Amino acid sequence: MATSRRGFIKSTATAASGLVIACYLPGCSKPEQAASNAGPPKLVKANAFLQIGTDGSITMFCDKSEMGQGVYTALPTLLAEELGVAPDVIKVEFAPPGNEYVNKMLGAQATGGSTSVREAWDKIRMAGAEARTRLIAAAADEWNAPPQSCTVADGYVLFTSRRKSFGELAEAAAALPPPQNVQLKGKNEFKYVGKTATRMDTPSKVDGSARFGIDVRLPNMLYAALAQPPELGASVRSFNADKAKTMPGVREVLQTSSGVAVVADSWWQAKQARDALEIQWNAGPAAKLSNASIYAGLKNAASGKGLEVRKQGDADAGWKANGRRVEATYELPMLAHATLEPQNCTVEFRDGACHLYVPTQVQQMAQAAAAKAAGLPPEQVLVHTTFLGGGFGRRLEVDFVPAAVECAKALDKPVKLLWTREDDTTHDKYRPPARNTLSGAFDSSGKLDTVKIHMVAPSITSRWAPGAVPQGTPDPFSVEAAHNFPYDVPNLYIDYLQHEVGLEVGYWRSVSHAINCFTIESFMDELAAEAQLDPVEFRRSLLGKEPRWLAVLDVAARKANWGSPPSGRHQGVALMSGYDTYLAQVAEISLEGNKLKVHRIVCAIDCGQMVNPGIVQAQAEGGIVFGLTAALFSEINVANGKVQEQNFDTYRLLRLNETPTIEVHLLNTDEKPGGMGEPTVALVAPAVCNAIYAATRKRLRRLPIVKHGFVV
Amino acid sequence: MIKLTVNGEPREVDVAGDTPLLWVLRDSLGLTGTKYGCGMSLCGACTVHVDGAPTRACITPVESAAGKAVTTIEGVSPDRSHPVQRAWMEIDVPQCGYCQSGQIMSAIALLKQNPKPSDADIDAAMSGNICRCGTYPRIRKAIHRAAAIAAGLPRDTLSRATAFAQPAGTTGKEGG
Repeated sequence: MATSRRGFIKSTATAASGLVIACYLPGCSKPEQAASNAGPPKLVKANAFLQIGTDGSITMFCDKSEMGQGVYTALPTLLAEELGVAPDVIKVEFAPPGNEYVNKMLGAQATGGSTSVREAWDKIRMAGAEARTRLIAAAADEWNAPPQSCTVADGYVLFTSRRKSFGELAEAAAALPPPQNVQLKGKNEFKYVGKTATRMDTPSKVDGSARFGIDVRLPNMLYAALAQPPELGASVRSFNADKAKTMPGVREVLQTSSGVAVVADSWWQAKQARDALEIQWNAGPAAKLSNASIYAGLKNAASGKGLEVRKQGDADAGWKANGRRVEATYELPMLAHATLEPQNCTVEFRDGACHLYVPTQVQQMAQAAAAKAAGLPPEQVLVHTTFLGGGFGRRLEVDFVPAAVECAKALDKPVKLLWTREDDTTHDKYRPPARNTLSGAFDSSGKLDTVKIHMVAPSITSRWAPGAVPQGTPDPFSVEAAHNFPYDVPNLYIDYLQHEVGLEVGYWRSVSHAINCFTIESFMDELAAEAQLDPVEFRRSLLGKEPRWLAVLDVAARKANWGSPPSGRHQGVALMSGYDTYLAQVAEISLEGNKLKVHRIVCAIDCGQMVNPGIVQAQAEGGIVFGLTAALFSEINVANGKVQEQNFDTYRLLRLNETPTIEVHLLNTDEKPGGMGEPTVALVAPAVCNAIYAATRKRLRRLPIVKHGFVV
Repeated sequence: MIKLTVNGEPREVDVAGDTPLLWVLRDSLGLTGTKYGCGMSLCGACTVHVDGAPTRACITPVESAAGKAVTTIEGVSPDRSHPVQRAWMEIDVPQCGYCQSGQIMSAIALLKQNPKPSDADIDAAMSGNICRCGTYPRIRKAIHRAAAIAAGLPRDTLSRATAFAQPAGTTGKEGG
């Protein structure tokens, strides 16, 4: 293993230095130490995540992809804290495919589900602590000193006046048997964890040097553009490339597994020639698909009974027994991910191996897809992960990989395949559409007695990981923010009915939290109105057993000055727990006629212990912008099997001038870390729609908001 | 052959005159800091300066930049010392980072015209640049900070501390 790892690193460094981010030539980093040694330094692998060079260089193999959420900083910080170095001396390389890098919370090598810090918290600190224990043992052996009297600081083991660098100790440390007694630091010993510090990728992202997938450049590389079927699921019947082949720069036109590709000397030439192709398509099963059929299908399916998610008391009896009842049906649209970097993949066949340079959230899946397309065993596909120009779940898919492999194989040259923005919008795996019906009944004393939640939506996981969801149980990624319904009610019944709508759906930042939090928190407002209670007071009265929910609700309400908005403004609240994080948001809006302005969003968050509060805050802010985009504007519409939205003129994204004041309040708690990449997204729509209700008494049960005649 | 000046260097490119400047910069000249996002001047990721004016390179035919001076993110400073870059690092603006070259080029153009912009000025100048990660609040803050840096004002005492002395992650720079 060690040998193949070293081989991999060497080949990566030799062939791709300067091309792949985080790729360092051994010995380049610490010239003052390298100069004192004869020959190149040895690279000693301490464990799956850490390599120490005899020159003192420290490399982390980061098992999560950097897509803006900050793992390139947070994970090395965890490693550094326990190892005994400053985080910024660690060189970060993205880990290759490997079972040792499987995300234990997801059961696959994947960056997603706001798991990165939660999963790394023990694992990466342990990797650092284990290596530190070995380095101390190696030094103690040499000095004949008691290990417990040795300490580490800034890359050295220290004992009385002696010191030895990690680089000098690396080989001896690796030769020792696995240590028995590895101690993690206590919270009060943390030097780096829990403190705001500049992201380690920031410098490269202010001077244009950060390398994204789209930026990969290889010697003799060609560029490809791909014509994909305009109708979902259609396939190539025949094509005429006569004109395209005469166009400047065009090297080849070939049919791939996902359309017709043009390979040319530059991407612009490839794209121009692609647009000149004449292609006849065979209609696929989605040829007749339209919004009408999708939502009618969900409505028809809704009369059926779903799989039980949660049950307490007898909700049917409670519903029948009580006269004061509220029932409402909500509908959620499909959404595109719209990563600003369109999907792309660069492939080179070199020395019998297939090299993939790809912005991916799933290294093993990308490897498997490339292996299949290349006709090679997976171990002959080497995956080099670049920075990701946004992920949001889109890059949990590998649909852009095979065509790139097929092009590179056919031409026996490196090829970069890049989708256009329009390709990207029309060939996404969309956030599922959904239809939720909620029912609530009050008893004769006015106390909430019964709640029923009936969720109908397609399942993502049944496609993405077939067999992963046991028969007879709901897809856990369909019932988020519902399964943990926090409000104290005697009779509760929650079920989920899987209904496929005829197109492939995907994980979209916050997944079903955004669906179910919108419907539940809007409905709680409907119940509060029925009970003639203030929305915050109503929720508070039902959260007596839930201190963490109550705490964030109270902080958000207090910081937002709940109940006393500035003149002409209206407030709405929403509450959620997801990814082990607890959140409350208050939105403040005004309306002049139908002109809607969102002025301010206050968000209180308890995400337990944090690695870097600055990054947590940034994720909260960004998630709120992402959620506000969806609440106000976003919908993917399908007609005759074709997605109607193409570019940012028809798929509108929030802009700086439309962004409200965002206030994030982080609660200081000692709870285990909660995920922060996604959860703030989900509360925005209900908070804003509840504020619109406060202003207008109009209840929006369908997103996006602009669909109801509001102008933003 | 089309001649233009890119980041102070005279360059000649052998491409069709209607090729968008964006692809000349990225594919012909290897300046990949300028990004493709939409191809229709809708997102601002491709923003560069042509003779000092902020320009969407994705819809600018290269022939229209012939004989002119083009500045890309790579030409802003050799060492991230431009006040806008300094402010961006101090406020830790980027998340995924993909749009940030365009954001920075638009911000530099704004500050050149208006050394002390108001929030409304920032709204007007920056609304053409999309950030899907939602770094807008920090972009606004960083532009104010850059204006202060450029004006030689002392560091805002409310600014966040930077605990890491020498940030890493500066890889990928050719020859770096």
